Amino acid sequence: MNNAPWLTILLLIPILGSVVLTFLPARTSSSLSKQVAIGFSVVTLLLGIALAIGYEPGGGYQYEEDVVWIKLFGAHYALGLDGLGLALVMLTVILTPIVMLASWNDGDHGAWGAKGFFAWILALEGLSIGVFAATDVFLFYVFFEATLIPVYFLVAGYGGPQRVKAAVKFLLYSLLGGLVMLASVVGLYVESAKTKGGPTYLVSELSKIDFGTDVGRWMFLGFFIAFAIKAPMFPVHTWLPDTAENATPGTSVLLVSVLDKIGTFGMIRFCLELFPEASRWATPVVVVLAIFSILYGAMMAIGSSNIPRLIAYSSVSHFGFIVLGIFVMNSQGLSGANLYMFNHGLSTAALFLVSGYLIRRRGSAEIGDFGGVEKVAPVLAGLFLVSGLSALSLPGLSPFVSELLVMVGAFVHSPWAASFAVLGIVLVAIYILWMYQRIMTGPVREGVVGMRDLNSREIFAVAPLLLLILVLGFFPKPLLSVINPSVDHTMSQVGTSDPKPAVTEGEAQK
Amino acid sequence: MNGFDAPKIEYFQVSPILIVLGVAVLGVLVEAFVPRRRRYGVQVVLALLGLLAAIVTSVMVFLDLNPGSDSPKSGKVVAEGALAVDGPALFCWLLILVLAVLSVLLFAERHLEGGVLSFAGQAAALPGTEAEREASTRGLEHTEVFPLMLFAVGGMLMFPASNDLLTMFVALEVLSLPLYLLCGLARRRRLLSQEAAMKYFLLGAFSSGFFVYGIALVYGYAGSMGFAEIAQAVVSSTGSEGLLLGGIAMLSVGLLFKIGAAPFHAWTPDVYQGAPTAVTAFMAAATKVAAFGALLRLFYVAFGANRTDWTPMIWVVAILTMVVGSVLALTQTDIKRMLAYSSIAHAGFILTGFLGIRSLNEVAGGSLTGVSAVLFYLTTYGFTTLAAFALVTVVRDAGGEATHLSRWQGLGKESPLVAGLFAFLLLAMAGIPLTSGFTGKWAVFAAAMSAGAWPVVVVAVLMSAVAAYFYVRVIVLMFFAEPIGEGPSVTTPSVLTGTVIAVGVAVTLLLGLVPGALIDLLGRVGVFIR
Repeated sequence: MNNAPWLTILLLIPILGSVVLTFLPARTSSSLSKQVAIGFSVVTLLLGIALAIGYEPGGGYQYEEDVVWIKLFGAHYALGLDGLGLALVMLTVILTPIVMLASWNDGDHGAWGAKGFFAWILALEGLSIGVFAATDVFLFYVFFEATLIPVYFLVAGYGGPQRVKAAVKFLLYSLLGGLVMLASVVGLYVESAKTKGGPTYLVSELSKIDFGTDVGRWMFLGFFIAFAIKAPMFPVHTWLPDTAENATPGTSVLLVSVLDKIGTFGMIRFCLELFPEASRWATPVVVVLAIFSILYGAMMAIGSSNIPRLIAYSSVSHFGFIVLGIFVMNSQGLSGANLYMFNHGLSTAALFLVSGYLIRRRGSAEIGDFGGVEKVAPVLAGLFLVSGLSALSLPGLSPFVSELLVMVGAFVHSPWAASFAVLGIVLVAIYILWMYQRIMTGPVREGVVGMRDLNSREIFAVAPLLLLILVLGFFPKPLLSVINPSVDHTMSQVGTSDPKPAVTEGEAQK
Repeated sequence: MNGFDAPKIEYFQVSPILIVLGVAVLGVLVEAFVPRRRRYGVQVVLALLGLLAAIVTSVMVFLDLNPGSDSPKSGKVVAEGALAVDGPALFCWLLILVLAVLSVLLFAERHLEGGVLSFAGQAAALPGTEAEREASTRGLEHTEVFPLMLFAVGGMLMFPASNDLLTMFVALEVLSLPLYLLCGLARRRRLLSQEAAMKYFLLGAFSSGFFVYGIALVYGYAGSMGFAEIAQAVVSSTGSEGLLLGGIAMLSVGLLFKIGAAPFHAWTPDVYQGAPTAVTAFMAAATKVAAFGALLRLFYVAFGANRTDWTPMIWVVAILTMVVGSVLALTQTDIKRMLAYSSIAHAGFILTGFLGIRSLNEVAGGSLTGVSAVLFYLTTYGFTTLAAFALVTVVRDAGGEATHLSRWQGLGKESPLVAGLFAFLLLAMAGIPLTSGFTGKWAVFAAAMSAGAWPVVVVAVLMSAVAAYFYVRVIVLMFFAEPIGEGPSVTTPSVLTGTVIAVGVAVTLLLGLVPGALIDLLGRVGVFIR
């Protein structure tokens, strides 16, 4: 491809779409505005696919742009994609049209109608692409904080009865994390201003600077706290269940599948690559916290009686796996974590959307209100089962590969960590299958009688997701070939050696 | 010494101040000689022309001095050492003048009160008397507000440029006295307004007393009023340290009162609430610029050498100010009081940037200094807050402005535009990226952290999170709460208020997206002459 600023174009298309939607005349029918919106998201998807095809695996950062933005701050408008960034950008552009199609009617009765709903979703898509493509810390921070605003209005304007409260909780949690990170971001300026090149925020420049032990650790903490809130990790996860319970399924998908990935993405891109020493220093604590997240999230999911809350807690558990994979700092763990981010996005999206169909039909999200759905709506039940099985990492479905790699990485790091984490896999099976049993099997409950099965729009919306899950389950190579070079890059930044057998033995003996 | 040597005044350099004060005097003459029904038009045009002329001359002075082009220390001490016209002073001048132009537009708004100014028809008439009703039915107006405001602007121009303590005190009084008066002139809720004026005056006079005492002590220490001589005395540490420290403490009381820093903030909520909203907007935006400009010059130029003595005090004051402002704003039920506490919190953030003082040889070329950071924050905050108060004036009910927060419920349905703009400004004050509030916050935090004040920065980010809560609360009220009763109504203002809102919002957005040009400029002008 030529040197056009493709990433800028990619993130501007949805934002332009959002602006166009906002200024559509008030009398525009809602179905027309929905079509306009999905049109913009499909164009974005097509461009995204074109970029992915043109991407050379192992070629480092590609489609790079770099313009000085605020000279005195050292801030650049710098974009670029490595393997991980590409995977997450693809996740974003794939999920957005799917979410739009699946929540076609969810925005009709919200604060700003369907037009507003789709406009906020498009704005969110554009900003999310910016987050994953930014190669400048300042720019990343700007996008990171800016994504909060569309999510806030999506939750507060279009959700369940407690939506406003949940939205405020989400916003304040995220802002708190973001502001703590701001202190570290400012710290980066101060440290980089001391170097010969003057202040800079380019990741490529910053990763060359040795910050010294104390300063590095403090700045690491600022970043890590923000990303732990975002991811979300135990004990700062409490905003997620509330938000997921009250948001529309589509919003939850964008929030959990796309935005929360910023947390784990940031841990790799900033915590590990900028502060390798501090990351190794923090590893024991983070690994323990990650295992806590896995087990605690799974336990809470077993105890949840509300479907979205259950899925939210299951995500807390899955994010525990991802963080574990990141901080065991070997190539199996890291590539597992990278792969997991993409696959968890797919499987959680499927689970949220299918359960959204279910909840919309019954008018209740309580598991106790369901029973025997598989008899009246077999297609719905079937899709729900497949989504659920992908969440519990059934072999043959894509999350299996990633979970396996994370477990291998954890075992290489230390067997006891792996032995605790493996309990999580057992617990996943319990809550997913038990939920399926209570909702779908047994006698047909009162409110379930006469429930319509899925219509073709609804099936068509989730079909690509399940297809991807299946294909990547049997053939993960395209994804791995993109991700592995960026894992190698991270490994070399962190300064841990490649996990040759001899080294892993040495690790295991520690 | 034979005879009297006339003082040498560099008329060109001080012309902005002279123009503003001269036009103010002309305005008083207009009150005396122009018939009542023509006064409004004449006063508004006169005030605007005067301010625009001052802006033009300021730009000319700026280009003439060309601060920062080659040598970093450019500027000129004028009027026998009384005023220093340098980069920071000129930047403050331009900022104050632009904010003043916008404030004049707010002052001149007559649509909202049904064809009259939002100032008392006849301030001398007691509230609730026959005389007041008569003034109201005859449609009387106090067009004196325009010259009064110009006098205040004149004082504000002198304040950050003053180069000795006496000039600084005179400037302080010139800017304060008209403000005391303006605060008491609200057309509605006059008792509240008069109470505000009284409180402001009494506390202001009290703090001026401290300031004068401080002047006396510092004079006792240094034997001079001039900043350069004081700085010299501090460097060579002649005289008794006690006098100096006492003097610094007293002077800072006077200045910290003006910027509304804790523990000298108590007047702020009452005055901001009681004063006519146009005056509140003017005070919140322009007074802060002038007072911080003066604070910067006094402490950086005169007391820069013994900064290890006073920075701990400013650390404490900055932390206290941010905590008091953010936490107390949580409990407010009146939008103007909430904005008042928010302005206290912002004073704390600016003080954080003020802590970015470093000696000149520590500052690497082209990096951010404390002065540039503070001036940048003042610019962002000034425009944002001016537009926010302008929006407060258009949300009304039968009793005038509907300032109680419960009256703002459901504003998003009544007027999505007003609610949306206000939400944008609130997000800017909360420091969300893509608004000027974020770049401003970043600048002051970076300056403070460069000077090693990271504990203050940590408190500042935590308090920003607290502050975000009460800004978000208003957004929730506007968009997601059901209106009580008939709900608020939005009166369409004339083009005057509309311009202020548009400019304020535009600047807030622009400085959030492309602050580079302004910051680079500030990087070049941010050095005082001594």
